[in-house]
Amino acid sequence: MWKNLLDWVEYRIPMMRVANMHALQYPAPKNMNFWYVFGFIATVVLVNQIVTGIWLTMNYNPSAEGAFASVEYIMRDVDYGWVLRYMHSTGASAFFVVVYLHMFRGMMYGSYQKPRELLWLFGMFIYLALMAEAFMGYLLPWGQMSYWGAQVIISLFGAIPVIGDDLTLWIRGDYVISGATLNRFFALHVIALPLVIVILVFLHIVALHEVGSNNPQGINIKHPKGSLKEDEKTKFKIHEYYTSKYDIIDDVVPFFPHIVLKDLVAFTVFCAAFAYVMFFNPEMGGFFLEPPNFEPANPLKTPEHIAPVWYFTPFYAILRAVPDKLFGVILMFAAIVMLALLPWLDRCKVRSVKYRCGLHKFNLALFVVSFVILGWLGIKPATPTYTLMSQIFSFTYFAFFGLLWLYSKNEKTKPVPARISK
Amino acid sequence: MSNAPVNNGRRRFLTVATSVVGGVGAAGAVVPFIASWNPSAKAKAAGAPVEVNISKLEAGQMLRVEWRGKPVWVVKRTEDMLSGLAEHEDKLRDANSEVEQQPTYAQNRYRSIKPEIFLAVGICTHLGCSPQYLPETFAEQVVGVPSGFMCPCHGSKFDMAGRVFQSVPAPTNLVIPPHKYLDENTILVGDDSGAA
Repeated sequence: MWKNLLDWVEYRIPMMRVANMHALQYPAPKNMNFWYVFGFIATVVLVNQIVTGIWLTMNYNPSAEGAFASVEYIMRDVDYGWVLRYMHSTGASAFFVVVYLHMFRGMMYGSYQKPRELLWLFGMFIYLALMAEAFMGYLLPWGQMSYWGAQVIISLFGAIPVIGDDLTLWIRGDYVISGATLNRFFALHVIALPLVIVILVFLHIVALHEVGSNNPQGINIKHPKGSLKEDEKTKFKIHEYYTSKYDIIDDVVPFFPHIVLKDLVAFTVFCAAFAYVMFFNPEMGGFFLEPPNFEPANPLKTPEHIAPVWYFTPFYAILRAVPDKLFGVILMFAAIVMLALLPWLDRCKVRSVKYRCGLHKFNLALFVVSFVILGWLGIKPATPTYTLMSQIFSFTYFAFFGLLWLYSKNEKTKPVPARISK
Repeated sequence: MSNAPVNNGRRRFLTVATSVVGGVGAAGAVVPFIASWNPSAKAKAAGAPVEVNISKLEAGQMLRVEWRGKPVWVVKRTEDMLSGLAEHEDKLRDANSEVEQQPTYAQNRYRSIKPEIFLAVGICTHLGCSPQYLPETFAEQVVGVPSGFMCPCHGSKFDMAGRVFQSVPAPTNLVIPPHKYLDENTILVGDDSGAA
């Protein structure tokens, strides 16, 4: 009976075939460590954002007159409204925490290298869409920081020669940020960008499953057909989509249940951390929800000290390190473009940092330090000392990419083992 | 069904022709989506000129009014502020207001119609924050200049005529909006017809 029903469905839609290909019989390297859980957790956070977001729109009022009050209404008068809002606001920051760790994992283990260039690019597009999504969402509560943060970011486009002023007018739909801006940002935040993100995530996973997952040692698990002896091949049942093209070495496990169970452990830990922030520290000392945003937007008065939410601060620090408007904007966007170009800047054939030269390890550490310190500088006021520091660390941020390109061509690497060691 | 031989040239022509016509149609269909983002008629109407009464403004005081949703400052400068404007011009990016950030009648050292009354859009030319008016403590920002405007966002600095200092992110002087005096104590912001 059950079997008949499954067969009836399978004849009409490839349900079991997809489940087998992408989970039950998908070959995953057995040495994937905890750095490999963040893709899964990012998906969980995306679902959280979509579900809580839908519920928030049920009580939110997207108008300059009503937005601020409707958020307060959700917080005070709607049953469990505060839970939904804090899940959404904590989720926004959690998204970036998880995505930054996910990206760093890719940089550490060379997961952007051939043949994973497109996979990496899709990831970068997700990151861009996510930044746009977060920025537009931040305007919606219509607080002081919402308003002036949006003012600063939209003005970035004003730096473009000739069309800049008309372009900012077009984006705002008014001479200043107004209800018109709020309404279009609301539309983009709840419909357009989530659609784009979901589609990009789908493409990201399709690309991942086509080229296969990398691993901490950066060792290939797929070998040319006929190159492996029978006893070197994995004993697990792997889907013929993969085995018909490659010999799969005995260093893999099926994604389900092996990797999924590990992801679920990480999910539990993540939920505990998430619940702590959400219930006990939703503002996170002004980093997740900034104090000026508890005041309604006032177009006539800029808050004393303006800083973006923490996940934008490294780029913000680069922006104001440059004493020239257009060049500052260019450099800020270049900071993101450089990341997208990593597959072509890194000319080394060895993936994992484990087998790469000392200079690369140092360079990667320098990048992380620069990024974190820039992030810290981005929340500080623009004093001469901090500006000088921003300039120094903007330089080291870009130096990472330049150095990488220079030494990676003829890098002295350690020998990479043929098999994943245990 | 005709068994006539396939005319590849005709097929290619028809494919290209339909693609081009379809492309033009698609481009036309995009217009409303792009154009609907422009300021609406209502937003444009709200950009009408505003009148400011300055009869109660004391020397050194600032008055803020809203024009097109932007803050417009009216400052009555003191004698010291006015005489100070000539003293730090070597530290400015555009001391003579050569970049067109003001109507021609305000292209002078004071960047105003009447020397003592300074009127400007209170929006930093960097990224649009509203700078703070520091009538007494500006020397902490630029040594030797007692008063001026300082943007809290990225540290851009302007003197008492809205002229930008060197080595700050803002590229140009503050914008002086079109304005005219209707009488001794009334300024009309946003309209200077007949005045210039």
